[in-house]
Amino acid sequence: MPPMALLLSQAFSGFAFGTLLALMSSGLTIIFGTLGFVNFAHGAMFMLGAYAAFVVLTWSHSYIAALAAGAAVLLIVSVVLERGLLRFFYARPPEDQLLVTFGLSVMLIEGIRYFFGSDSQRVSQPNWGDGIVNFGGLFYYPLYRVEVIGIAAAFLLALYLLLYHTSVGLMVRAGIEDRLMVGLLGIDVRKMFLLVFAVGAMAAGIAGVIFAPLSAVIPDMGTPFLIQAFVVVVIGGLGSFGGAIVGGILVGELLSLTTAFNPDYSQVSIYLAMTLVLVLRPRGLFGAVGRI
Amino acid sequence: MNRTGTSGATRGFTRRGVLTTGIGVGAAGLLAPLAAPHVWAKSYPTMGTFPAGVQGKAVFAAGLFPLTGAYASLGQDEKKGFELAIEHLNKGSDVTAAVPSLKKGGGVLGKKLESGIADSQTHSNPAVQAATRFIDTNNAMVMTGAISSAIAVALEELGQRKKVIYMGDVTASNATTGKNCQRFGFRLMPDNYMFCQALAPVLAKALGHNLKAAYLVPDYTFGTSLYTSLTHAFAKYGWTSATEQLAPLGSTDFTSYLLNIANSGADVMFNETVGADEVTSTKQAVQFGIMKKMKYVIPLLSPFIYKSMGPEVLGGMYGTMPWYWGMQEKFPLAKSFVADFHKKFNYVPRFCAAQCYNSMIMWADAVERAGTFYPPEVIKALESGYKVDTIAGKVWFRAEDHQGVSPVPVVQGKTKTEIKGEADNYKLIEVVSGEELMEPLKDTGCHMPTTTAA
Repeated sequence: MPPMALLLSQAFSGFAFGTLLALMSSGLTIIFGTLGFVNFAHGAMFMLGAYAAFVVLTWSHSYIAALAAGAAVLLIVSVVLERGLLRFFYARPPEDQLLVTFGLSVMLIEGIRYFFGSDSQRVSQPNWGDGIVNFGGLFYYPLYRVEVIGIAAAFLLALYLLLYHTSVGLMVRAGIEDRLMVGLLGIDVRKMFLLVFAVGAMAAGIAGVIFAPLSAVIPDMGTPFLIQAFVVVVIGGLGSFGGAIVGGILVGELLSLTTAFNPDYSQVSIYLAMTLVLVLRPRGLFGAVGRI
Repeated sequence: MNRTGTSGATRGFTRRGVLTTGIGVGAAGLLAPLAAPHVWAKSYPTMGTFPAGVQGKAVFAAGLFPLTGAYASLGQDEKKGFELAIEHLNKGSDVTAAVPSLKKGGGVLGKKLESGIADSQTHSNPAVQAATRFIDTNNAMVMTGAISSAIAVALEELGQRKKVIYMGDVTASNATTGKNCQRFGFRLMPDNYMFCQALAPVLAKALGHNLKAAYLVPDYTFGTSLYTSLTHAFAKYGWTSATEQLAPLGSTDFTSYLLNIANSGADVMFNETVGADEVTSTKQAVQFGIMKKMKYVIPLLSPFIYKSMGPEVLGGMYGTMPWYWGMQEKFPLAKSFVADFHKKFNYVPRFCAAQCYNSMIMWADAVERAGTFYPPEVIKALESGYKVDTIAGKVWFRAEDHQGVSPVPVVQGKTKTEIKGEADNYKLIEVVSGEELMEPLKDTGCHMPTTTAA
C-alpha cells in the first residue's frame, strides 16, 4: 500500500490532469451533441493551441496573450474549416465525417511539422507559475499545475455560463436534444453549428495553451489526448457537458491513482472503465438515450 | 549425326557434322557471356529477392524511419543519414573512398542504389507493412531503419522470413542481438549493455558508491533491457534500485511516475526515455523539483534534447550516445562526414544519421567483398570480422550474434559558459573502445537461426 502522502499527491495530480481533459472533452462532446459530428481533428486543434502559445511566448512573456492567441487561431481555423469543408458533410454518413476529420487532422499535423519541424519546442512556465506549493506538510506540488486547475475551471465555468445562461446556449442545448425540431422552429441552425464548432475547437485550443508548458510541444502531441478525450466522452455521455467534466476528472483520477499501485495497468484501467460503462449503461453516465 | 550417305548406309560422325557442331559450340561459348554474364560467374540459387532484385541496372534499398510520432525528431535525422549514404555510394566521397572495396564508387557491384523511404510512425506494424511492400513490389535487397527497438526486432524477423538482410542501425535493446537475434539481422551500434559498462565507472567516480537509484523506464524491450543492463553494471559499485517506474512509449504525462520517484528516497534518478518522451519527462521532473532532490542522469541521451532543455538542466550531466559529432577531432572520416552532411542538410548530424549512414556503408562493403548480392554470401562477409574504417573508427561485427563492435562516447553536458558554437553541447569525456564492452556471448540469449530457417 503506497504511503498516504503519495496517494494524496497522486489524487491531486489526477484532478489537475482531469480538469484539463474535461476542458478538451467538453469541446468534443458539444460538437458531437449539436452537430452529430465525430471530430477526429480535435487532437490537432489541441496541438494548434499549443503551437500558438509557443509562437506568442517566444515574442512576449504574456500568458494572457498566449491564451488570446490560442483562442484566436482556433476561431479562425474552425470558421474556415467549418464553412469551407465540414458543412458539406453534415448530411453524409458517419464514416465520411470520420474520414474527412481524420484527413484534416493529418494535414494540420503535417503542416505544422513542415513549418516547425519534428523537434520539441520549448514553452516555459509563466513566472507566476514557478515554485512549489506545500499542502499542509503532506505533499508538495508545482504551483503552475495548481494554477492549471484554476484556469481550466475558469474556462469550464465560462462554457457553462454560455450553455446554461444565454439564449444562444439554450438553442445549442435544444439542438443537442433535437436538431430537427430546432430547425423547424425557425432557428438558423447553420449559424448555431458554426458557433458550436468554433467554441468546441477553442476549448481544445485553450487546453493546448495551458498544457504547453507542461510537456514537449511536438506536432503529434494531440493524438494521445484525442484518444483519452473520446474515452471521457463515452464514459460521460455523448453530448453531455456535465458528463464531460465528471468523465474527465474520473479518467484523470483513474490514470493517476492506478499508477500509484501498479503503473503497468494505469493505461488499461481507463479502457476497462469505458468497457464497463458501455456494458452497464451504454449511453454514458449522463448521456441521453437514443442520442447516438 | 546419322545420315544416310549416298551409299545408303547410316554413318556416325561425318567431317561436316563435326565441323558444324564444333563451330556452333564455339559460337555459343563466345556469345554466352554477352547473353547471360552471370552464367560464367558462380551461380547462386534463388533466395528472397535474389536474383530478381539484381536483374536490372539498379538495386533497391528500403528505409523505414519514424517520421511521425514520439521519435519523429530522431527519425528525421536517421532518414538524412540514409539519403547521404545512398548519395555517397552512388557518386563517391572521401568517406567511402577510405574503404578499399568502395573506392571505385558508382553504386554497389556496378549497380546504382535506388531507395524507398516509408514512415514507421514509431510503431512496428506500419514499418513491417511498408517493408513487406518494398520487398514484394520493389525486390528490396536490404532494409534499414528503426529507432524504436520494437521496430528493429519486428523488421529483423521479417528479414529472416523473407530472406532479406536487415541492418539494425539505431536500436539499443540487448534483445535485438540477444534473444531476438536473426541470421538476416545485424546491429552495428553499441547495445544497452555496452553503454552501461562504459558509463558506470565514470558515473560511480563522479557520484559515489552504494547509492540508491530510481528508474523511469519506457515500457517496451528497449526500456526493460536498459534497466537490466544499468542495474547489472552499477551493482559492482554497490548501487541498488529504489524503484522502477514503467511508462508507456509516447506518454504525455509522467506526473504519477515522477511522484513515485520523488517519494522513493533515491539519490539518483535514471531517465531512460527517448525522444519527445525524454523532453516531456525532463521538463516535468524540473517542475516537480526532482533535480533538487536527487542527481539526474539520462544514460542514453537523445539528439536535440540539449536544444529543448538547455544548459540549465543538462549542464554537468553525464550520459552516453551511440556517436557524437565531436568525435570528428579523433576520427578524420567523421570530419568529412560532418562537413558533407552539414553542406547538404544545414545542420550537424546526430547519432541517428551517423549510425544509419555507417550501417549502409558496412552492408555495401560486405556485398563488394562477397562479390554478389546473394544473401548467405553477404551474411558470411558481414560475419567475417573484417574491420572497416568508418566515421566511428574501425568497426566490425561479432559473428555469433551480429553485434557490432563499435566505440561508446561518454559525454558531459556543457554549461552555458562552455558552449563555443552551434550544437557544441557536450564535452567528450572519453571514447571507450567496443571490444572491452561486449556482453559475454553466453549471457546474450542469442540462438542464431540458419539462413534457411523461417
